[in-house]
Amino acid sequence: MAETKSTADVLTVRDLCFSYPDGRAALQGISLALREGEKVALVGPNGAGKSTLMLHLNGILSGQGEVIVAGRRLAKENLPFVRASVGLVFQNPDDQLFSPTVFEDVAFAPLHMGLPEAEVRARVDAALDAVQMSAYRERLSHHLSVGEKKRIAIATALSMRPSLLALDEPSAGLDPRGRRTLIRLLSDLPLAMLVSTHDMALVKELFPRVIVMDEGRIVADDTTEKILADEELLAAHGLEKP
Amino acid sequence: MHVNLFDRYQETQSFLHRLDPRVKVLATIFYVVSNALLPDGAWFAFFAAWIFLLACNALSKLGWNYTLKRSLIALPFALIAITVLFTTKGTPLFSFELFSVHWALSLAGITRFAAILIRSWLSVQMALLLVAATTFPDLIHALEHLRIPKVLTAIIAFLYRYLFVLTDESFRLLRAREARSVAAEGMKRGGSLLWRAKNAGNMVGQLFLRSYERSDRIYQAMTARGYSGRLYTLNPHEMKSADYFAAALTLTFLSFIQILGRI
Repeated sequence: MAETKSTADVLTVRDLCFSYPDGRAALQGISLALREGEKVALVGPNGAGKSTLMLHLNGILSGQGEVIVAGRRLAKENLPFVRASVGLVFQNPDDQLFSPTVFEDVAFAPLHMGLPEAEVRARVDAALDAVQMSAYRERLSHHLSVGEKKRIAIATALSMRPSLLALDEPSAGLDPRGRRTLIRLLSDLPLAMLVSTHDMALVKELFPRVIVMDEGRIVADDTTEKILADEELLAAHGLEKP
Repeated sequence: MHVNLFDRYQETQSFLHRLDPRVKVLATIFYVVSNALLPDGAWFAFFAAWIFLLACNALSKLGWNYTLKRSLIALPFALIAITVLFTTKGTPLFSFELFSVHWALSLAGITRFAAILIRSWLSVQMALLLVAATTFPDLIHALEHLRIPKVLTAIIAFLYRYLFVLTDESFRLLRAREARSVAAEGMKRGGSLLWRAKNAGNMVGQLFLRSYERSDRIYQAMTARGYSGRLYTLNPHEMKSADYFAAALTLTFLSFIQILGRI
């Protein structure tokens, strides 16, 4: 496991366990840490618990164990703060973009943070600028392509100015050009990222560090180079070398 | 695939398109109320109301007969009013026996029926013009400005956003069924009516389950961005002098119609 000082960590998870109401154990003692600005891929077969882990990062689900985001322990009293510091981007942009227009969607989080109007507008502009979608402000979400929706979905999280971006399957369903734009966007963003994905080519290109999950446990956490070289590990957890 | 069946907005640059959505919504509501308040036989007033509608059509640059061409959709609903033909009290012009009930048609009844038809025909056209000249988000903003409860406007906004997603989904389901509705050589194609009905029922159930699960994910996406039970929005609209002018003109004209209908 990578050596990290917990004070500089943007995210620390300790012994996180979670079972769904039907008794299925989804997370069984997850521990990990992310440094500021560190980009980490989260891989593993379907049902490994990746999405469940993502939902714990800002308290949508809460299991036993400890989640510390940007120096604050996740608890009921500071949920709003933690939610603002973790930008969660869901897999299906149609779930993430629920407002009629792009502007309203990107403004949703800043408005709920109680910011004044001028600041909200500034943040919307900055977030749309960061994903190069400034021209789409007044567009209707349902008229956008999948790639455009994905980028707007990322902007809706960026407008919170989070210290960590958690993305679920960002490259799923994108055509090569959309995927290329997304990769460039993610590598340019100066933010810590935890990205759950099946796209091993994306992992190889973008992430220096990989966490492998299977059956609710972390089975490997190392540099991408080492993990991709370990064919036995990849085969055991249903992964493929790019 | 993408369905845009429901978007009635017509993109153009016109005075009516630029008008503040609040003015447009209120003017439409007042117009409908004014039509409803006109006495039954006030034909001149109805005519004036129609002229007002045509003028609005012209101002929208969608063509003076834009709403005329689309106005028939409301007629089937107006036919519910057919009972007033027989229930309005007055001297009977004509009567007959049917199903052992005595039906009497009066002049007052015919007048009322015609007036109801005209009222609904005019009102529906104004509503059509409103949605053709105002984007849907603007309509929602207008309702928010007019102090309609946030819960209602939010429901309308969600409905608008997900109607498209849901129709896309149902079309995908239908296409999947189409793709597998195959025939084998020498066999009778398709099952019994009951079997087909069962399949259709399953599809509706499937659609409901998918929507239900989606609503869960949307709620998660909302909480992830700070939602905690209250909705906040920015309403970027500002009344300009043209808006006040249009509002005043509409009110004046509607008052004129009301007076005309009562002399």
